Amino acid sequence: MTRKPRGRDERSPLSSLALHATLVVATTIALFPVVWVLLASLKPQDAIQSTEIHLFDHPTLENYRRVLFETSFPHWFLNSVVVAIFTMVIGISMSATAGYALSRFNFPGKRGVMWLFLITQMFPVAILIVPIYTIMANLGLIDTKASLVIAYCSVAVPFCTWMLRGYFDTIPPELDDAAALDGLGPFKTFWYVVLPLARPGLAVTAFYTFLTAWGEVAYAIAFILSDKNLTLGAGLQQFVPRFNPQWDLLTAGAVLIMLPASLVFYFAQKHLVAGLTAGGTKG
Amino acid sequence: MSTPVVFDAATRLYPGSTVPAVDRLDLEVQPGEFLALVGPSGCGKSTSLRMLAGLEDVSSGSIRIGDRDVTHLRPKDRDIAMVFQNYALYPHLTVGENMGFALKIAGVAKSEISTRVADAARILDLERFLDRKPKALSGGQRQRVAMGRAIVREPQVFLMDEPLSNLDAKLRVSTRTEIASLQRRLGITTVYVTHDQVEAMTMGDRVAVLKDGVLQQVAAPLDLYDRPANVFVAGFIGSPAMNLGTFAVEDGDALVAEARIRLPRATTDALTTGEVVLGFRPESLERVPAGTEGAFAVEVLVVEELGSEAFLYGSLGAKLHNPQLVAKVEPRSVPAKGSVVHFRVDPERLHAFSTTTGEALPTA
Ligand SMILES: Nc1ncnc2c1ncn2[C@@H]1O[C@H](COP(=O)(O)OP(=O)(O)OP(=O)(O)O)[C@@H](O)[C@H]1O
Ligand SMILES: [Mg+2]
Repeated sequence: MTRKPRGRDERSPLSSLALHATLVVATTIALFPVVWVLLASLKPQDAIQSTEIHLFDHPTLENYRRVLFETSFPHWFLNSVVVAIFTMVIGISMSATAGYALSRFNFPGKRGVMWLFLITQMFPVAILIVPIYTIMANLGLIDTKASLVIAYCSVAVPFCTWMLRGYFDTIPPELDDAAALDGLGPFKTFWYVVLPLARPGLAVTAFYTFLTAWGEVAYAIAFILSDKNLTLGAGLQQFVPRFNPQWDLLTAGAVLIMLPASLVFYFAQKHLVAGLTAGGTKG
Repeated sequence: MSTPVVFDAATRLYPGSTVPAVDRLDLEVQPGEFLALVGPSGCGKSTSLRMLAGLEDVSSGSIRIGDRDVTHLRPKDRDIAMVFQNYALYPHLTVGENMGFALKIAGVAKSEISTRVADAARILDLERFLDRKPKALSGGQRQRVAMGRAIVREPQVFLMDEPLSNLDAKLRVSTRTEIASLQRRLGITTVYVTHDQVEAMTMGDRVAVLKDGVLQQVAAPLDLYDRPANVFVAGFIGSPAMNLGTFAVEDGDALVAEARIRLPRATTDALTTGEVVLGFRPESLERVPAGTEGAFAVEVLVVEELGSEAFLYGSLGAKLHNPQLVAKVEPRSVPAKGSVVHFRVDPERLHAFSTTTGEALPTA
């Protein structure tokens, strides 16, 4: 009996089986909560808490209608969009420029800045929340969206600066030299040469800053007092008070909250292409 | 309309280092001249070029382009184009956009940009590639795009930093002549850096030799070959290298192994010690019968037959700076390995250098 020789990239059936089994288990674990929330959001209120478990039980969009038309959800949603987009835009501009400076220029205190950015990331939110609250209170920013944008940037910018600096370091500095000879100053070099090549890095940073702001709860609860200024993370909590939680509204809200994040991810991942700088230098 | 370039005691001391990478460089490049800057790795060639481009600060001294002092001008204000060793093409732009980028930034009209890019593309045979990205080109094509980006600018000065070092040997030779003839056609003052002395000798109107940041000699290629100013230039220029050795001097004769080589009067007069460094090129060695006056015996170790010429590597009864003596011999009738042959140095083509300073000594 002759066996077909196995190709270089082929696995034995057994290892293939083991691999796929592992993948299936891992995927199930990851997807289960999401799918469960999605299924629950389609059930009537009493069916969600029923002890009998069905995948589908009188599927209905009633929960969504109520969340969208009978609660402040649309308002919170808008607030979150505003906060997240501002965080994203401000965060990226600040970390991209800072990262570029750290990558390309030598200036006194450069090491100190980098250490500072590293160390600030080590403090948990729980510790930072009180001092930042005091600062916001002194600035008169409590109960404003600006307070959240500033707080989220303080979380995201140090990390993103490090990340983008690392990315800029991979772009050959000869390109900056070539740009300088082609008549570009530092800002134009940054804009026309470095940024276009850093697209993947920027996309990841954009997604990260967006997420930092989008689902955040702790700062939002601490800084925002009035219902009309609440963001989604904080607002959704109101559906599940200690007594009498409204799981129907919560699950529908949770599904809706995923949509914009997925949308941003969709646009970000399009830019996650490798090899943008290929071919520029060497042979 | 060509522009001269002048380095006036230009020095570059990198922060944190104690010896300057370029030390008081005095160099005048004539208008329209092709100046080749050559030297071993780390001698400061790139640094000199980058100082001229404005990419590196000048610690002291000055640099002039035409009648402008550019020492402290930014690169973009110097009207210079540079071809980088690794090309440094913009990967996100097409070939055409790469070549027209500087003009676009300068605000030149679109139609003018496209004519100038098209002209350059025709000269460099790049027309088919204008819409491609650099990553879809071969190394040689990228090299031409880098050249194109420079000529589209019509700058006052071209700078090239080892633009051929990434090409294979054959392409290097053909591109070498292309660049040289292109430069002659455009008549734009060019400073060309290379570590390859053959490249420098074949391309340059004049060649400047640099060592450890110090300029050794600037001269036309043949002058450099025939009249090296010091031991370093003598050994660096020429392939295979000149034979150099330190020999004792007795009664006006240098003692080279068993031979006595008569030194010119001018040379002996200039000697300050009892020794002299002699240099003779492989082709200045004449094969003679044993017993001829001034001849020394050489034991043949290797013979390189290249068809049109042949080089013999052998050992001499005296120590040379290089481990072996090299002689050019008649091809196709070369002595056998292990045999002993006799050579005499053509007295007209003998080079003598001081053992203390390394400077050339007068031979006439
Ligand atoms: N950024 C820098 N900081 C400190 N020293 C440097 C820097 N760049 C170069 N040097 C030093 O300056 C000297 C000259 O360097 P340069 O790059 O000009 O050499 P080169 O002649 O171009 O050599 P190669 O043929 O290898 O390219 C070297 O000794 C190098 O170590
Ligand atoms: Mg170099």
